[in-house]
Amino acid sequence: MMDLRELYQDIILDHGRRPRNFRTIEHPTHFAQGYNPLCGDRVTIYLTLDGDRITDISFQGRGCAISTAAASLMTEILRGKTIGDARALFAQFHVRVTGGEPTEALAEPLAEEMERLEPLTGVKAYPARVKCATLSWHALEAALSGRDGSTVKTE
Amino acid sequence: MTTASLPNDRTFPSPASGGGLGRGLDPRRLRRDFPIFANNPDLVFLDSAASAQKPRSVIDGIAEYYRTDYANVHRGVYRLSARSTELYEEARDKVRRFLNAADRREIVFVRNTTEAINLIAQSWGPAFLREGDEVLISELEHHSNIVPWQLLRDRIGIRLVVAPIDPTGGLDLSSFEAALSPRTRLVAVTHVANATGTLVAVERVVQLAHRRGARVLIDGSQAAPRLPVDVQALGCDFYAFTGHKVYGPTGIGVLYARLDVLSAMPPYQGGGEMILHVSFDKTEYQEPPHRFEAGTPDIAGAIGLGLAIDFIEELGRENILDHEEELTGYGVDRLSRIPGLRLLGAGQRRLGILSFDLEGVHPHDVAQVLDRHHVAVRAGHHCAQPLIERLGLSGTTRASLGVYNDEADIDRLAVAIEAAREMFAR
Repeated sequence: MMDLRELYQDIILDHGRRPRNFRTIEHPTHFAQGYNPLCGDRVTIYLTLDGDRITDISFQGRGCAISTAAASLMTEILRGKTIGDARALFAQFHVRVTGGEPTEALAEPLAEEMERLEPLTGVKAYPARVKCATLSWHALEAALSGRDGSTVKTE
Repeated sequence: MTTASLPNDRTFPSPASGGGLGRGLDPRRLRRDFPIFANNPDLVFLDSAASAQKPRSVIDGIAEYYRTDYANVHRGVYRLSARSTELYEEARDKVRRFLNAADRREIVFVRNTTEAINLIAQSWGPAFLREGDEVLISELEHHSNIVPWQLLRDRIGIRLVVAPIDPTGGLDLSSFEAALSPRTRLVAVTHVANATGTLVAVERVVQLAHRRGARVLIDGSQAAPRLPVDVQALGCDFYAFTGHKVYGPTGIGVLYARLDVLSAMPPYQGGGEMILHVSFDKTEYQEPPHRFEAGTPDIAGAIGLGLAIDFIEELGRENILDHEEELTGYGVDRLSRIPGLRLLGAGQRRLGILSFDLEGVHPHDVAQVLDRHHVAVRAGHHCAQPLIERLGLSGTTRASLGVYNDEADIDRLAVAIEAAREMFAR
């Protein structure tokens, strides 16, 4: 059994306690809610897009240390990125947290950002917690797909 | 060896073996009769409210039945089928005694409590309820005692009325009484709330409901494993519980319904076993309980449930109640000393369930750390989302007790909670 601190690394505990960009955006161009029916956790992602570039991103909601840290890290990483970057990161992140090996390498600047998400991949050893790590990303995808104000479930 | 002789061959110690809490139970010795603990030596199992572990007598008894006596029931003229039928019906007798029902025909085997409640909602409901009639439940209910009534509401237009809890998480009896109306036809409440452990004064609920001419259904899922149940003394019309929470197998549960009520109910599912005579024009149905047991039943499950009841009766239900109460009290004292921990249902008489909020720490994070300490608990809304939200929470961590738990388990729980608090404290 892996050590619990591999799941709850310092960076996760830190972002879990003091989430970044934990606020609403007054007039978002896009937003959507993620809901995990397993635990009742909810996260709302707010976005301001200029063309296909994310100029502001924030979140609100309540969740466990992992889902809060995942949302917090996601917002930090995605500010200034394009929609394409966000989707490429999510695709790769999803493969990593579910225990797979990505088949395609990310472009250099994105690969570096992917490194920052590495601490979250500890969830792959805990199947029940994978959804905690991906909830905010699913909500982001719903917001980007123009399903504004919709609620996406992790199921 | 035949299954019928198993009760006499049990290996668990007789009551009064001393030691531990609860005058008659010795949890440490009892654990030896639950193979799960031999196979998971470090396990502190505190999730019996979700499903209890199984004693050897149940596990072996089911296997022995398949090896020795198995055949379908109520059909064959050959000896093995007669034997199987005898064992299956013997299990029904054990359940009758377990609930002190007046008549064995009042015992219907179902899959679980959920199916028992759905049976009432789908058979008794449309036959006896009209648009505008009211079903009164409480805020303490498990989803299984909420959703079947919502389905019935959508189908025939009944009203679903919810009696509120008081601020401490108990059923508010005066509000409950006020919620009873001339249109209340059924009161459906839990005996022990699964999310908080609150014991409901069901005797009083039955009195008040019957005074208004309403039928009463009691969800006994959490009560049946923990306290003596006497449906005649309670006077309820329906009582439901599930096998896997009373140390029996999954897939088998019980609906008790008073004979006059049950006899007036139309079939719930159609098929074999529940008929007297079938032609393409018309079918005559069996009398209860077989009218409600269409198809081949979970024969081994019923026999396993009977063995679980033997196990419980051998320990003594008063002894189990003492054990649960004393250990719950110990747990309340021990957990209350943890800073930032708030127990649900404070001030209520609770039984076997310790549900808590740890300030600033999400229940799933608590449960994850507890798992690292080999302490198995449940985290989340416990299928009682309306109650948890009413209490201003999104979820809780719930430790629940069984006959195999002792003070040492509570101590290890407390140590693990402290570790979680340390890890996540802001």
